[in-house]
Amino acid sequence: MTDLVQALPPRLLGSEPPPAPWTARLRARPWGGWALGTFVVAYLIWSLAPVLIAFLFSFNAGHSRSVWQGFSTEWWTGPGSVFNNPLYFDAILHSFLLAGIAVVVSVPLGVSLAVFLGRWRGVATRPASLLATLPLVVPELVLALALFFLVTKLLHFVSVGTPGQVVGQVTYILPLVIVVTRGRLASIPSGFEEAALDLGASPVGAFRLVLVPLLAPAILASAIVAFAVSIDDFVITQYMSSSSSTQSVPMVIYNSTRGSASPALNASAMVMAVTTIVICGLGYLVYRAVNRRESIVFPQASIEPAPIGPALREGMV
Amino acid sequence: MYPRRYLAGLGLAGSIWVLLFVAMALYALVAIAVGGIDPILLSPVPTWNPLHWAFGNLQSVGTALKPFSGTDWVVFQRTCIYIAIALVGCVLIGYPVAYYVAIRARRTKGIVLALFVAPFLVSYMLRMLAWVGLLAPDGWINSALMHLGLMGSPLNWLSGRPVVVVCALIYGWVPYFILPLYASLARFDQRYLEASRDLGAGTWQTFVHVTLPLSRQGIYAGMVIVALPMFGDFFTNALVSGTSSTAMVGTLINTYAQSQTNQTLAAAAAVWLVVFLGLLLLPYLRSSARATEAVGL
Repeated sequence: MTDLVQALPPRLLGSEPPPAPWTARLRARPWGGWALGTFVVAYLIWSLAPVLIAFLFSFNAGHSRSVWQGFSTEWWTGPGSVFNNPLYFDAILHSFLLAGIAVVVSVPLGVSLAVFLGRWRGVATRPASLLATLPLVVPELVLALALFFLVTKLLHFVSVGTPGQVVGQVTYILPLVIVVTRGRLASIPSGFEEAALDLGASPVGAFRLVLVPLLAPAILASAIVAFAVSIDDFVITQYMSSSSSTQSVPMVIYNSTRGSASPALNASAMVMAVTTIVICGLGYLVYRAVNRRESIVFPQASIEPAPIGPALREGMV
Repeated sequence: MYPRRYLAGLGLAGSIWVLLFVAMALYALVAIAVGGIDPILLSPVPTWNPLHWAFGNLQSVGTALKPFSGTDWVVFQRTCIYIAIALVGCVLIGYPVAYYVAIRARRTKGIVLALFVAPFLVSYMLRMLAWVGLLAPDGWINSALMHLGLMGSPLNWLSGRPVVVVCALIYGWVPYFILPLYASLARFDQRYLEASRDLGAGTWQTFVHVTLPLSRQGIYAGMVIVALPMFGDFFTNALVSGTSSTAMVGTLINTYAQSQTNQTLAAAAAVWLVVFLGLLLLPYLRSSARATEAVGL
């Protein structure tokens, strides 16, 4: 599973390598930069322009989502608009409800499990960490089907609908929280907590006063990832839904894209996209602030001070 | 170190969660696949006891998927071909982008990075919705092509065209390919490149003999990360095609799962899919373990 940790951007793990001076020379190559730059710009246009066009169509004056019939805000404010059509508005509310619960449940659960997996010395960690990361290597459809059977055939105390959707999403998000947290945890030497314990802190105190602040960037990053994944999730949310009242926005899009839905559909998708971008953007700013503050107080978190602890203890014996 | 009891307590809730909702869930999937159908309610009945497992469903789904002779072989074959082409497309599009952002970009790095993370914040469904609008018979793609005189009459792109399905898969998943590759490119010791250049290699030689081999693990990781969901993907297909002529394995499983009587078949097909993916991933897992060992992690 180490390559999954490596698969994460180094920024998330808080250990980005310093820029090398040689790159200036490589960057001076004009044609490589020029051709490559054009390619990257083309990629970005290809990847984002369709979404912007879909955004534009939410301001269409007619009922079409493919032919431009003039500008109007009827799908944003009119009687059939996102906010007045219960189908879209309820789906938006439901998506946010699920995302909120998913973050609140999966982050503490995943962070505590990650600390256990990272700090426990014993045979239990290997199977436990394998099990916890399994949802990452199984297609989501398989996990959704498995959870659906589990909930309907065995664990009747979880009902399909909102509870089932929360359970499914948290199960799906948990490995991501664990991977992000463990990546960070690996760079925090256990000596700091040992020092706190040696100085008389209780285990709870050492965890709360030493480890949690050091893990803060990872906790924030997990919350951002959990929120974005929950909002985007379709397969599990669909399989665990019970009735039209538990439809999320991706489900509404899936069910009505090929039909004759009005541009209010585009508008509802846009409401989700814009709020997600704003929330994750704010989260990222806080993340950066936390990361920066911490790196000032604590510039060399990766240097292992552990040897002093055991040596002192042995000396005392 | 923390007292063991305290650490165990910390991990308890999460461990119970994954035991219940990962291990038990996968067991439930198998129990349904080897279970039966209630004759009156016509709903699947799981068989929890391994001694009573019946392998009829697994066998019949396995026969249907059997290479060359099975009735669903064409679906399976199609899935593999689509995904193989989509993976090649992801590498061809994703590698230059990841390479640029990780190694070449300097002033533009922040903005390009933000723009290529943007697709993760815009939901997958919205991105498909956008293309459905563009590709509609009266959509902008058709009118642009007709404007340029490339086509006489509008083409219905959304009626079961393999090209459109493969392109939609690439469009949908390429950001997920780029991110791990970018991470691995941003991580490797770039002094190797300097050494290579100091020893007289040109840009191209450096790329072929140093950068590419060093990023192989990142390419594999990206391919695995996008191939796995593609094997379970039914929604992309449903949105941009919706006909059985482009159905993939995910479509098959999802269709089975929609009717209660066929849910045992859905479970059986899912079990086969997991077995197949396990075999497919074995070389990757081996090579990544070897690479991890070599790095000394």
